[in-house]
Amino acid sequence: MNARMLERITEFAIWTFLWTFRIVIVLVVVVGSFLTLASGKYDIDTWIRLAVTGAALGSVYALVALGYTMVYGILRMINFAHGEVFMGGAFAGYFTAIALDGAGFLNYSPVTALISVVLMIVVAMIISTLLAVIVERIAYRPLRNAPRLVPLIAAIGASFFLQYTFRGFFGPGVYAYPGVTFLSELVPIPLLQIRWVELLVIVSAIVMMTVLYLFVMRTRIGTAIRAVSEDKSTAALMGIDVNRSIVMTFAVGAAMAGAAGVLYALMFRQVTFFFGFIPGIKAFTAAVLGGIGNVPGAMLGGLFLGEIESIGPILFLDGLGVPSANQLKDVIAFTLLVLVLVFRPSGILGERVTKDRA
Amino acid sequence: MTVAEAFPAAGYEAPGYERQDWREVVRVGVMGGIVAVYLCLVGIVPVFDARPLISGVISLGEAALIGSLGVTGAVAARHAQTGPRNVVTAGAVAGLLAGIALSLLVIVGQLVNLRGFMLNASPQLYSLLTFGMGMAGAWIPVVAGALVGGFAGAFWLVPVRYRSPIVRGFLSILVLGLFAGLLRTPMLAAGLGQLARFLFAPEGLTVAGAVLTFVAVVGGRVVRQRLGVQGRLDALPEAQRRRLHVPFVALLLGIVVVLPLLLGPFFAQVIALVALYVLMGLGLNITLGLAGLLDLGFVAFFAVGAYTVGLLTSTAEFGLFDLPFWAAVPFAILFAMAFGAILGLPILGIRGDYLAIATLGFGEIIRILAGSDLLKGVLGGPRGIINIPKPIDVPSTNFLAGPVQIYYIAIVFAALIAFVAWRLRGSRLGRAWLAIREDEDVAEAIGINLIQTKLLAYMLGAAFAGLGGAVFAGLVGSIFPSSINLFVSINVAAIVIVGGMGSIPGVILGALFLIGIPELFREFSDYRFLFYGIALIAMMRFRPEGILPSRIVRRELHVAENAGPATVEADDPTPDRGTT
Repeated sequence: MNARMLERITEFAIWTFLWTFRIVIVLVVVVGSFLTLASGKYDIDTWIRLAVTGAALGSVYALVALGYTMVYGILRMINFAHGEVFMGGAFAGYFTAIALDGAGFLNYSPVTALISVVLMIVVAMIISTLLAVIVERIAYRPLRNAPRLVPLIAAIGASFFLQYTFRGFFGPGVYAYPGVTFLSELVPIPLLQIRWVELLVIVSAIVMMTVLYLFVMRTRIGTAIRAVSEDKSTAALMGIDVNRSIVMTFAVGAAMAGAAGVLYALMFRQVTFFFGFIPGIKAFTAAVLGGIGNVPGAMLGGLFLGEIESIGPILFLDGLGVPSANQLKDVIAFTLLVLVLVFRPSGILGERVTKDRA
Repeated sequence: MTVAEAFPAAGYEAPGYERQDWREVVRVGVMGGIVAVYLCLVGIVPVFDARPLISGVISLGEAALIGSLGVTGAVAARHAQTGPRNVVTAGAVAGLLAGIALSLLVIVGQLVNLRGFMLNASPQLYSLLTFGMGMAGAWIPVVAGALVGGFAGAFWLVPVRYRSPIVRGFLSILVLGLFAGLLRTPMLAAGLGQLARFLFAPEGLTVAGAVLTFVAVVGGRVVRQRLGVQGRLDALPEAQRRRLHVPFVALLLGIVVVLPLLLGPFFAQVIALVALYVLMGLGLNITLGLAGLLDLGFVAFFAVGAYTVGLLTSTAEFGLFDLPFWAAVPFAILFAMAFGAILGLPILGIRGDYLAIATLGFGEIIRILAGSDLLKGVLGGPRGIINIPKPIDVPSTNFLAGPVQIYYIAIVFAALIAFVAWRLRGSRLGRAWLAIREDEDVAEAIGINLIQTKLLAYMLGAAFAGLGGAVFAGLVGSIFPSSINLFVSINVAAIVIVGGMGSIPGVILGALFLIGIPELFREFSDYRFLFYGIALIAMMRFRPEGILPSRIVRRELHVAENAGPATVEADDPTPDRGTT
């Protein structure tokens, strides 16, 4: 009797709490947006600018989120080291850029600049793929059948290992990406205030995601990957090399992350050894948001997160009188993560994860 | 029936007749080379070269390099066919390959300017590898690799019973060499100056000290084996064995109590920090070790505790009530617990790995909020809260002044938490936690309320984190948002995981290693998180139960091994099995 009462009280407390939580969040969003828009402090140009930045940021998150989502889909494991693979790509791109800049190729003309960026992306993809495959071989493969926390802890270890390996190799300093003059100019499209670099980021992200989508849906290896994430043992019975499919998943995800690293670094113009950590968690948020294990979901989630992070602080918080609302953009992203996990763990387009213990 | 089975003595299985598996040896050699070059370029060899291990003979960096070559040789030889020639050749070949990798590094480094982007590819590294001969000495690593590898291979020729003592001998040189400075200071003070100078250089062991250590350890182990001490110990009834432990435990306790009084203020600060982490590790041990909830947002509650104490006690700008430290501590614990409930209620329904990421998000949210302009008027923003009073207000001449009091306070609290955890484990609640950790669905099916039980574990962990934060505020005397960072959470989680989930001695050992050594040695602090990374991966691969696991966890994780090839174990000729 007593125990049942207690149970009911807890249940009621949780229920009340969750509803209060929802109402508060909705209130903040609605009232904040209304007050901000009503104050008329920001004109349409500002909003367009924010939306464009958000779209560029979101494309990067989407690219990184693909790696999380694919690995999760196939191994049911959070690849915590994915953010560091992203960082490795940015470093590879940096050294390529320095070499090209030294040769005078980078800033020779817009065409050479574009070729240089493509080269940087290719090198970054190769290095990131290598990193991911090594990590998979050393840290994840031996633990494939271990209890769920074991590979997660190994992944956290791998994340620190990669970060501090890069710190050991290249030092703790901030490396400034060489500037490409034409990339920071505005694209001559009226109204849309988009810089070339943002256009480049968005376009290359779309191209790469399309290629990835076709790769997963149309090729033999892509089919094998999907089969393995559906059911490992049946796939093995059908003659699919499970190990190879898993390695391919890591490689493809890492290639996307490497490219994303270069794109992100081109936007923010710098790279450090610690630079993959926060974008990594955010990309994971994007993957959860879209529905983890779901490739189109990751793209959608990434874009959504990028926009929220860019527009959200000003739209929701500025009107409420929060000073320097932009400081809180990460708070918004992480709150979104918690919200999604609590209220819609299946994400926008995904499978259900709360009770799934596969 | 095959020929070999029919005629076991006919020599089909005899060593040396089958072809050596060179591919494996080459593979090990190449891997060893990669590891050796990695150690050089990541900076471990050049940076640790500054710390002597045996004064004037060998530095820690050189030891790392030789160690990597030696392990390469030993592993390769293990894969080789038996027989003295095979074993030594395999070791030497693998060592040679690793050495070639190092010489390639020297040659490439002399031809190309690697320094342009590789920070540690410095002339200092090359001269270390070639004894200062530069390009002309590029052959040196090759020869050294072959020699070291060959010797390491020959290690397998040593009779089994001496192998473990020899490894222990080398390890003790390593440990004593590291802590030489720490041991020397109190010995000098205690009037043992002669002995201290004989054994220890200001940094590292003396040659005599190293030899003596090695001989003593190896001799001790061998004598112990000869007398069959372990066997006789094992044969004793449980109660009597316990009684034998009493003097050791008493000695250990005595050391723990008097330690800070023997050491200088710097060491007192370090052990105070270690004690603080033991306290927090024991707190997380309940959440992670017993209930299996991986909480990467430990720092959130740490922050709540620290800021509560700061706000309630500070005599400076943001202080509210000027309470004494001890009056604020209960509030710190209560607030941290309340935060644990508020944060825990929504997220405890989600699965383990998601929980880790969500709690990580909480840690970041709290950190950003603490430093933000939004709460600047309350928490002081980046300037933080200063002038937090010391827990025990004594004049600076008293022995309790400074970090020493924090050490004792943390130890007392840690003991308290250990006691609580120990009592809880056997209780109904503790067994419910263990059940949830093992399998949530089954636990729910046998009538355990998941959310309620998990929430209790989470809130207890949060309470102890808040206590840790309060003690931290007392230790430092101020609290800044920069102290609230992810690394607090990672440190605590690493202590619990490496030490052994659910094990109290494991947490203490983990804190000593993971906090104490990086705080004591500058070289280690730069590579602290690199070692964490390696340790976490290695732990998960080879010993997921931690260094000193609780008995239950060990039994659970090794059920299959114990039940399976029992015959193999019985046939194992190693006499010192029980000692390892």
